[in-house]
Amino acid sequence: MRRKVYMTAGYNTISLGSGRKEFNPKKPRPGIEHYIKEAGQATLKMVGGAKNVDESVIGNFMSSRFVKQAHLGAFAPMIDEGLKHKPSLSVEGACASGGLALTSGIRSVLAETADVVLAIGVEVQNTVKAIYGADILAGAGWFADRKDGHAYFFPGQFSNRAGAYFEKYGREKTRQAFAVWFKNAIENARLCPTAQEYENKVEDLIGLALTEPNPKGFTDHLNVFDCSKVSDGASSIAILSEEGLAKAGIPKSEAVEIVGWALVTDDITKQPEDPTVLSTVGQAAKKALANAKITVNDLATIEMHDCFSVAGLLTVEALGLAKPGEGADYIINGNTARNGKLPFNTTGGLIGWGHPTGGTGVHQAVTIWEQLTGKAGAAQITIPQNRSYGMTLNMGGDDKTVVAIVYKRAE
Amino acid sequence: MYNERLQNVSVLGAAGKMGSGILLLTAVEMADLQLKPENKNKSFCLNAIDVSPQALTGLYGYLKSQLKKIAEKKLIQLREVYKENRELIENSEIIDQYVDDVLKLVLFSTKVESTYESSIIFEAIVENSDIKVATFKQILANSKKDPWFLTNTSSVPIGELDEKAEMKGKILGFHFYNPPAVQKLVELITTKNTNPELIEFSKIYAKNLRKVLVPSNDFAGFIGNGHFMRDMLFGIKQATQLSKEMSLPEAIYAVNRVSQDFLIRPMGIFQLMDYVGVDVCQKILIVMSSRLNKSELHSDLIDKLISLDIKGGQNSDGSQKPGILKYEKGKPVAIYSIDKKEYVPIESFQKNVDAKLGQLPASHKPWKDIVGNKQKESLLVGYFKELKSMSTIGASLAKEYHLSSKNIGLELVSDKISDNADNVNTVMLTGFFHAYGPINSYLD
Repeated sequence: MRRKVYMTAGYNTISLGSGRKEFNPKKPRPGIEHYIKEAGQATLKMVGGAKNVDESVIGNFMSSRFVKQAHLGAFAPMIDEGLKHKPSLSVEGACASGGLALTSGIRSVLAETADVVLAIGVEVQNTVKAIYGADILAGAGWFADRKDGHAYFFPGQFSNRAGAYFEKYGREKTRQAFAVWFKNAIENARLCPTAQEYENKVEDLIGLALTEPNPKGFTDHLNVFDCSKVSDGASSIAILSEEGLAKAGIPKSEAVEIVGWALVTDDITKQPEDPTVLSTVGQAAKKALANAKITVNDLATIEMHDCFSVAGLLTVEALGLAKPGEGADYIINGNTARNGKLPFNTTGGLIGWGHPTGGTGVHQAVTIWEQLTGKAGAAQITIPQNRSYGMTLNMGGDDKTVVAIVYKRAE
Repeated sequence: MYNERLQNVSVLGAAGKMGSGILLLTAVEMADLQLKPENKNKSFCLNAIDVSPQALTGLYGYLKSQLKKIAEKKLIQLREVYKENRELIENSEIIDQYVDDVLKLVLFSTKVESTYESSIIFEAIVENSDIKVATFKQILANSKKDPWFLTNTSSVPIGELDEKAEMKGKILGFHFYNPPAVQKLVELITTKNTNPELIEFSKIYAKNLRKVLVPSNDFAGFIGNGHFMRDMLFGIKQATQLSKEMSLPEAIYAVNRVSQDFLIRPMGIFQLMDYVGVDVCQKILIVMSSRLNKSELHSDLIDKLISLDIKGGQNSDGSQKPGILKYEKGKPVAIYSIDKKEYVPIESFQKNVDAKLGQLPASHKPWKDIVGNKQKESLLVGYFKELKSMSTIGASLAKEYHLSSKNIGLELVSDKISDNADNVNTVMLTGFFHAYGPINSYLD
């Protein structure tokens, strides 16, 4: 890269939704402005205030429908008056909106138009029942496919992927792998106080996850435990140049360096060529790793987009960690667990931590920053000296927009 | 036969708490028929008839909100039903269309004349035999069809209505439980004269509504009220006896708590009376005592309460009106004192009375934790074993109450009101949402 780019000063609000004790669907909840403000102010405080920030970017998917609010860029000066009359914009790429906010900030630093960018990802989704939320989230797919799609459109899409995978490689072991995926997600979330499943007390997680899917009430091949939940939340992080770090007075030991990244898209009007493959995820990861001049074996941890358990499994294969059809074994054998070969989603991922859609990409970056700088608290894993990299994979739609970023602890 | 009969239906008393539920379920059943491709060109009509125009306005709101919930629940099927309509794309559009399609079937009316075109008539009017008979007679004299009647009476014998209104077997008892949209139970009461085709129709209808149909023999009160009324009179008797040692409101509180908490029921017996309506309980007792010739089916306390205009029952939004108990957010907070003619706050005596009753058994779990529990049976066996070993006032009252409830059930069988013990238990499980049937051996 033509210039060094760093991230630091990450912050997550709680992921609010069913499972959190604060959540009561019948009572009023904080609005989207609350989340933007809470996350933004926390990061500003860590970088020495708004005076040090040159630009803001807010990643969001569908606030225009969930809360009837568009034009989120103009919320930046609400976070702090010091951001008034400075550049701010919002970006959208479905559930990769947070990732796009990060790439927007990275580009600005690389283009030398900013030394410090405040990147926020946010979504508030509990304003409507899940059945109507499904309509809104379906906007991440091609609208012409909506009519013949499932009532729960995206769970339906990934259920089709799971069905195709079952047919090709067998059902029983694959469902077992989904159950292990769920168990890892919840156990990791229990270590992170902001996670939606932080207080999950279920003893038999595997048994719960093996509940038979019920096509009359939900999808053919996935049950609700295969899915991320409906979440409200925001995350924020600062993206900085070397000068930016100095201006903010933050030592490099408190930051991660961005050593490679990729933004990859595919045609939204087309169905996947092979439903058992996440090809765009694979491409994005490959490019980002190549840019960073490392391989997947150099990663200490990865935060990836498990909107559904099957997406977790297919990502394992897309990364080349297991051959096609062998991803289930890789998961069942404990390789993705927090004490495994390559810990995935150490604070629970989308299934465990939560999935405020437009916020997720930024949340992933915050988790990697925490892990690589030793700030992950109870969720902290050991980062081996010889493979000190982390990666985030943030996916929009059904493998259509993917942001992959490779990080290492700054030196 | 089934489809044709359902093309024109009337619900009498449609805005009442039972009628509105019957109307909702029937509207959904009729709409599901009409939305089948083969019925595309047939017309369906559901007359919602009630004496009160205001109540009919409320009924419209109730229907709309309930239909929306129903549509949300069965959306996966509805997307299939509306597959050919390419303009309906999002879930919200399909839900709105369905609500609209069902509401279009319903004609609101205050006139009994609206029934004259109907082939099926559901009756859910006031629990008064004479008024029911007069209504049936008027319809039969004027109807252009040959209608079948399904009465929701909870107490009047079907044979009596059939005979007095000269219905020639075209009536049967189809007794829903409150609220009809939720409770699974329907008691089916036929007589030896009942038209077999009508019986067949009612069985298909119940099956399509996914109701549990329990046959009851044609004795006033049938199985459900046969048990509930006697159980209620026992509770009143227990409270009256207890009131020798404490005030009556305190005794009512104690027995209400014993019948709810100690017996793991969804609500205490006095709360259940309010839920049903104290006035409705009085009417049912009058019918039962006169038809069964049992003068003991009577309560001075109820008569006294009615004379003081203490009636209970529900508001049109389903919230509980004050009755023997007064409620805040659905929870009892005070109890009516006949002497003082005012409500006495429960918190003013709760600690004392609870202390007198003594602790609940250590293995106690509230009803909501038991009713759907996979280990329900073993939990109940353990709980009642512990209760049996206890001699506190609360435990003693609970044991007496439990055994009385069991004996009432056994009498329903020996009096041939119920064909067997299973039917009694099913009625209490599915109509009253009890966690266990009254005929059990927990305390043997």
